[in-house]
Amino acid sequence: MKPTSRVLSRVLSRMLSRVLTLAAVIVVVVVGAARAQTPQVSPRAAAGDSALEARTSAVAAQLRCPVCQGLSIQDSPSELAQQMRSLVRDQLADGKSPDAVKAYFISKYGEWILLAPAPHGFNLLAYALPVLAVLGGGLAIVLAIRRWTSGTPETT
Amino acid sequence: MNWKRATIAGAFAFPIIGLFIYGLKHDPHDIPSPLPGKPAPTFALEVFAPGQPPLGRPIGDTVRLADLKGQVVVLNFWASWCLACRDEHRTLSEVARSYADKPVHFVGSLYQDTPNAGRQWIAELGGQSYPSVQDPRTRTAIDYGLYGVPETFIIGRDGLIAHKITGPASAAAVTQIVDSLLATPAPAKGAP
Repeated sequence: MKPTSRVLSRVLSRMLSRVLTLAAVIVVVVVGAARAQTPQVSPRAAAGDSALEARTSAVAAQLRCPVCQGLSIQDSPSELAQQMRSLVRDQLADGKSPDAVKAYFISKYGEWILLAPAPHGFNLLAYALPVLAVLGGGLAIVLAIRRWTSGTPETT
Repeated sequence: MNWKRATIAGAFAFPIIGLFIYGLKHDPHDIPSPLPGKPAPTFALEVFAPGQPPLGRPIGDTVRLADLKGQVVVLNFWASWCLACRDEHRTLSEVARSYADKPVHFVGSLYQDTPNAGRQWIAELGGQSYPSVQDPRTRTAIDYGLYGVPETFIIGRDGLIAHKITGPASAAAVTQIVDSLLATPAPAKGAP
């Protein structure tokens, strides 16, 4: 029954190639139609929008969502966070600088609204502690290795 | 040698234990507001729930903080979905009525809610003596650094925020603050 199976496989492969070609044609047609349907935005407006969006995201990522746990208003889907984000966008669009926008939120919510504490005063501890911990750990390891290696006779 | 080790261990452990104790005693949700003592952010918001005479305002009227200069203003943020707001609703309504003949203005501001739901809630709880306004896009709430509802801001006759009450307001607290603010004379007209 070998010749029959060979014929069958040839027929199947031909069918498969036709189906694939048809699928490719459908994909091209559908994607083309979808492209044609998307509204044409002038390139300059699109560039301006995406630049404003990027600046909004940069500021929003630094502001804490008041109703979440450790999330920025950029990452939180909550209604308040979204409204705060739209306020950030509006203020930037009005010509406020990112620092002025942050200052506005600090004046309303206090420094707490900043996800990363401003590096001054007591806040410096948050930045210094990890460095100190790594340095201290390194020092402890060096001292321990020295103690283990010095004065112990070779056993081999 | 043992003493030396114990001292080193203690030097590391005690600050960490101290931090934990501070963390346990400190409520992370209790965040001090920078607003008391500062000028109250202005607002002009539209009435959606009229309140009752003599404190009522017609629906569609605009409540402007600028028009209330020289008065004590009690601004309460609330929502129909907020359970704690039920606790203070009757209290605030009654306290507002008790100041009807004094230069005190109560206003409710709806927070992330629809006017229809707000009106329905007020009707369900037996009405409200003072008017409520809507705050589109939550801009006024953000201007007041709102975390959630209910929050009540009491603004003095000088236009400065005198006090912020987080959570349901009690009659005793509101009365005490409003009385003390009424005791201070209103600033002369034209003063900054």
